Amino acid sequence: MGGPDDRRAAARWRDARVVEVAHPSVDAVVLRLAVPERVQHHPGQHYVVRLRAPDGYTAQRSYSVASAPADDLVELFVERIDDGEVSSYLADVVEPGDELEVRGPIGRWFVWSGRTPAVGIGGGSGVAPLVGMLRHAVDLGHPERLRLAVSATTRLRLPYPGELEAAGARIALTREPGAEHAGRLDADAVAALVDPDATVYLCGSARFTGAMETLLVDAGQPAGTIRVERFGPSG
Amino acid sequence: MATTRGFLGRRRERDPRLPPGQYDVGAGWPVLTAEATPRVDADRWTVTVDGLVDTPTTWTLRELRVLPPSVYAGDIHCVTTWSKLDTNFTGISFDTLLDAVGVRPEATHVVERSTTGYTTNLPLEDVRGGKAWLVWEHEGQPLTREHGGPVRMLVPHLYFWKSAKWIERITLLDHDEPGFWEVNGYHQRGDPWREQRFDGD
Repeated sequence: MGGPDDRRAAARWRDARVVEVAHPSVDAVVLRLAVPERVQHHPGQHYVVRLRAPDGYTAQRSYSVASAPADDLVELFVERIDDGEVSSYLADVVEPGDELEVRGPIGRWFVWSGRTPAVGIGGGSGVAPLVGMLRHAVDLGHPERLRLAVSATTRLRLPYPGELEAAGARIALTREPGAEHAGRLDADAVAALVDPDATVYLCGSARFTGAMETLLVDAGQPAGTIRVERFGPSG
Repeated sequence: MATTRGFLGRRRERDPRLPPGQYDVGAGWPVLTAEATPRVDADRWTVTVDGLVDTPTTWTLRELRVLPPSVYAGDIHCVTTWSKLDTNFTGISFDTLLDAVGVRPEATHVVERSTTGYTTNLPLEDVRGGKAWLVWEHEGQPLTREHGGPVRMLVPHLYFWKSAKWIERITLLDHDEPGFWEVNGYHQRGDPWREQRFDGD
């Protein structure tokens, strides 16, 4: 998982250049960053973005990497939280050419090598790291190694919907009745994903992950195979 | 980098209780766990203090409840940048258990272990002298399962990953043994006032 030199390099704050800013919806922004002396990440890792106000006040948040390791740029999917101090800045103010202070990649628990079977279950912005895993699996020529089930309120709020549809992911849209993917990830949907030989990567809000892990364990997925990354409304 | 273009920050009056880079999460209390949440039966739960002690000892929750109670009233800080100010927990001081088992002079560190296998390491000095608790109540209510109930460690002067949920065992050692997050890229000690978040800080 990278030697000590890589870890020291990844721990250093550096100025990344914003290369692209895209708004898939009013509730989200996708940033693509050029990180100097980038340490190649593993799918599932995250970067920390730190903002500094003129009076020295700082605010920082972690964002999972949505790009594959082979991508030269680091792609971050940021959900715009209404009162969010950092997300509203990233969604409303950042422009290509801006510099953002970052450190990363960070994390050695919620990571997937791409070499073994995996199941990814994500809710809302928790889908982002799973998309990074999917892109890596595609790069390796083995997309079938990762089975995905994702949930969001509407298709507009689902990160990377077209890519997920093309990959054959199970999609559940909980507040778009009549839509093609209307529904929930219920006990049956989760039972269909159970694979004791796979590592399960579960990512989303505390409520979503709490519900999903209960369904997984009840359906027979060994608890020790489940790795969870919980997002808060913050942090 | 000096300043981020166009960023002013929401808070102009900075609460001095907030360590650098933290913000006040208010009435909420986010849940963060790396592994699946366990179900721990309070009637069968026990905690053991062992390692470099004179008398390794195991207690049930009933046995802990008859020891002199202790309340922590203050702030807690998570490495993911939220802080919860002016909260409180009820349980017993960890010093009470250390006094009962007798700490051997060569002990320098501890490892806390959860029922899930989660571990976190600390210098012994960071868990004695009124700095650590075992708690089973938060703000007057039984500690919920998702927050580490029935009983968790509480070491509030360090980032909250050092306060193991579903505490099962505390082992005293004569060396430092990196725990789960420490092995996975986080700092060995985790002092929020020195912003010791990650390995290399």
